[in-house]
Amino acid sequence: MAEKKIFGITALFKDPDSIISAAKKTSLSGYTKWDVNTPYPIHGMDNAMNIKPSKLGFVTLICGLSGTTIALLLMWWTMSVDYPMVIGGKPFFSLPAFIPVTFELTVILATASTVAIMFAFFFGLPENSHPLHDTDYMKKVSRDHYGVVIEADDPKFNETVVKDFLKSLNPVSIDVIYYPEKETYPIFEPKFLGVLAATAIIVSLGTYLTLNSLMYIEPFNWMMNQDKIIPQSKSEYFADERGMRMPVEGTVARGFIPYPYLGELIPTEVLLNPSISTKAILELGERKFLTYCSPCHGDFGDGDSRLRGQFQNPPTLHSDRARNFSDGMIYHIMTNGQNIMPSYSSQVSREERWAIVNYIRVLQRAKNANEHDVEFAKNINIE
Amino acid sequence: MSTDYSIEAPSIHGRLSLAEIEELVAQPLDTKPDKKFFIAITLSTGALLIGAFCLTITFLYGIGMWGNNQPVGWGFGITNFVFWVGIGHAGTLISAILFLLRQRWRTGIARFSEAMTIFAVMCAGIFPVIHTGRPWLAGYLLPYPNQHGLWINFTSPIIWDVFAVSVYLSVSLIFWYTGLIPDFAILRDRTTSKIKKTIYSIFSLGWRHSNRHWQHYEKAYVILAGFATPLVLSVHTIVSFDFAVSILPGWHTTIFPPYFVAGAIFSGFAMVVTVLVIVRKIFDLQNIITMDHLEKMNKVILATGMMVGYAYATEFFIAWYSGVQFEQFVFINRVFGPYAWAYWIMVSCNVIIPQLFWVKKIRRSIPIMMVIVILVNVGMWFERFVIVVTSLHRDFLPSSWGMFIPTVYDLGILLGSFGLFFTLVILFTKTLPVVSISEVKAIAEGSQPTHHGGNHHG
Repeated sequence: MAEKKIFGITALFKDPDSIISAAKKTSLSGYTKWDVNTPYPIHGMDNAMNIKPSKLGFVTLICGLSGTTIALLLMWWTMSVDYPMVIGGKPFFSLPAFIPVTFELTVILATASTVAIMFAFFFGLPENSHPLHDTDYMKKVSRDHYGVVIEADDPKFNETVVKDFLKSLNPVSIDVIYYPEKETYPIFEPKFLGVLAATAIIVSLGTYLTLNSLMYIEPFNWMMNQDKIIPQSKSEYFADERGMRMPVEGTVARGFIPYPYLGELIPTEVLLNPSISTKAILELGERKFLTYCSPCHGDFGDGDSRLRGQFQNPPTLHSDRARNFSDGMIYHIMTNGQNIMPSYSSQVSREERWAIVNYIRVLQRAKNANEHDVEFAKNINIE
Repeated sequence: MSTDYSIEAPSIHGRLSLAEIEELVAQPLDTKPDKKFFIAITLSTGALLIGAFCLTITFLYGIGMWGNNQPVGWGFGITNFVFWVGIGHAGTLISAILFLLRQRWRTGIARFSEAMTIFAVMCAGIFPVIHTGRPWLAGYLLPYPNQHGLWINFTSPIIWDVFAVSVYLSVSLIFWYTGLIPDFAILRDRTTSKIKKTIYSIFSLGWRHSNRHWQHYEKAYVILAGFATPLVLSVHTIVSFDFAVSILPGWHTTIFPPYFVAGAIFSGFAMVVTVLVIVRKIFDLQNIITMDHLEKMNKVILATGMMVGYAYATEFFIAWYSGVQFEQFVFINRVFGPYAWAYWIMVSCNVIIPQLFWVKKIRRSIPIMMVIVILVNVGMWFERFVIVVTSLHRDFLPSSWGMFIPTVYDLGILLGSFGLFFTLVILFTKTLPVVSISEVKAIAEGSQPTHHGGNHHG
């Protein structure tokens, strides 16, 4: 068997008085890497071991003050910068009303981080592979004995000297502790992992099934699901089983007055422009032209499409032919479509189409202005 | 018993050795549960299931299933919440305030009452959430950046409540777990079962009883107690703000914070005594949880009961002295109105009956003590009922007056919360040491060095 590495030498004592004196003597002998293990804290042990007072309080102070700062900054930023709102006539930064939350955050940060930092950094826990674990020594100090351990890492460590020294303290027993070959409480032991996996599977399966069967039940849905018949639903009441009734023959939907010249090439001259070129109508026409017409016809009707050749460009609206169209003809083209241009009657309402007609007339006149128009334009104030 | 109060009675009776203490406390964990255990757990889970059923119905059909109505918008939901938060105050009081006051008798009962605190706060936390009617939206109570661009209202008492109760639960859990770590190490070193050993090892974090650790550990315990003390006072203060910050007659009172805290300690101690009496009997812990402990708890109940009585009287005095007509009406209505029966249950259970504890024989008699503390629990529940319901059921306009009548679902959920509480308590007694082994060892006779004054110093 290979040479085992020594961790340290332990001595056990039976009563608190002897452990105090043992600790005092060990401390005086100049050992530095040693410890006392007792089942509960013993009064006066810190002095006997000659260890400095705990500095844990500073950790608490810093973490607690951070909690205070975080709370105040959070409330100041949310309540008076990001979304300021007047509540109960209080100022945006209302310190008295912020005190409770500030206090609670201070407490939680101070306590939680003190405990976490103490265990993780002061003690280096969790550490279940320490050589002292699962030894008779540990079992006894856990129960009703008091022990001293001098570690092999100590610069003054010498097995026989330490043993003699510990014997001089009159202990109950002395033991040499070796580094274990493997972890004493194997967390990766198959049996334990099996139990853990079984628990995990049962819990997750149970949760999954419960959630699937329970969570998708609609809670109090009586406002959403009522006994009345809603559109598109089935009904046993009518012979055709439709929940909705068909409209009376010849019903015209609002805004959908039938267009009588559909499919005709040249409409009758009866189609007259019903709208007047007021500023509001022209602005509506401009808006609709820019939305529906300009992608192909260009912003000013020059036939310079933005479609990059995906479709054939339409001809300009400033040609003599287009300028000589009657208002009704332009309206007819929009409503009926022409060549590859489809009908826009479903996207653009009647009033909007007439407004576009008026706007096209404005564009045409602007592109072909005569001297009178120029003179007139000079005299009016254009923003 | 000796009547010489200048000598402190020993906290542990019968001169138990350290090993005997350990055996006694760890015994329930090493043995298989017996018949009594199964009967108890069946009863408590039965109550829990009734509550779960009523809650499911509430989720499916909404809080219209409860007795809440237009003037009385806060019915059982808030009554039960305040009741359970109050119960949850004894644990931290015992573990933190009595620790700072160096009351050594607390060690025998601290672990148990801390556990009761945690379970009671868990019961309490359920109620405001289900009371909202849409518990799945509870996440909106937390300040997190969201698509609405909105933040929670930090100036609202309801948000203070969210912070206070959740911080209280977290700190109580931390306190409890920190105290449990050395005990997990003790259990780890005494168990022979491999699985148990691994579980205890994980929870003990590899604690080695090292004195270099004990030093910081004790410091941390003082720090935790130092923070938990103002915390425990703040929690019920903030709960009372839910009422006191409003402008409703009967609620809008500056005496509410101290009055609520005293009431919380009162009801919490009563609940601890109720459960401890049973536990010490079942697990043979009479030597660790002694009659002296129970007597001291009963003295605290007597003192806080009188504080609560004083608060009741002050409320009446202020109502009269303020000259506010509405305030006076509310209090006269409490005593002689339709809910006078609830008021008189409250006064007799909270103020009159605890006066029996002036008699030493009654303080030390288990059956009488049991009856009194259960009545105190009843009385404290009715106190919250009186505050919530009688202040609401008479609105400012007589045309808006109404009555609150609880439905079977209200009662079922209240029963279910008791079921949850006792189920957790019963499971706790069988899975964790109900008394802190290492702390009790530290105060056993002969456990401290003699030159230091040993067991008998200050």
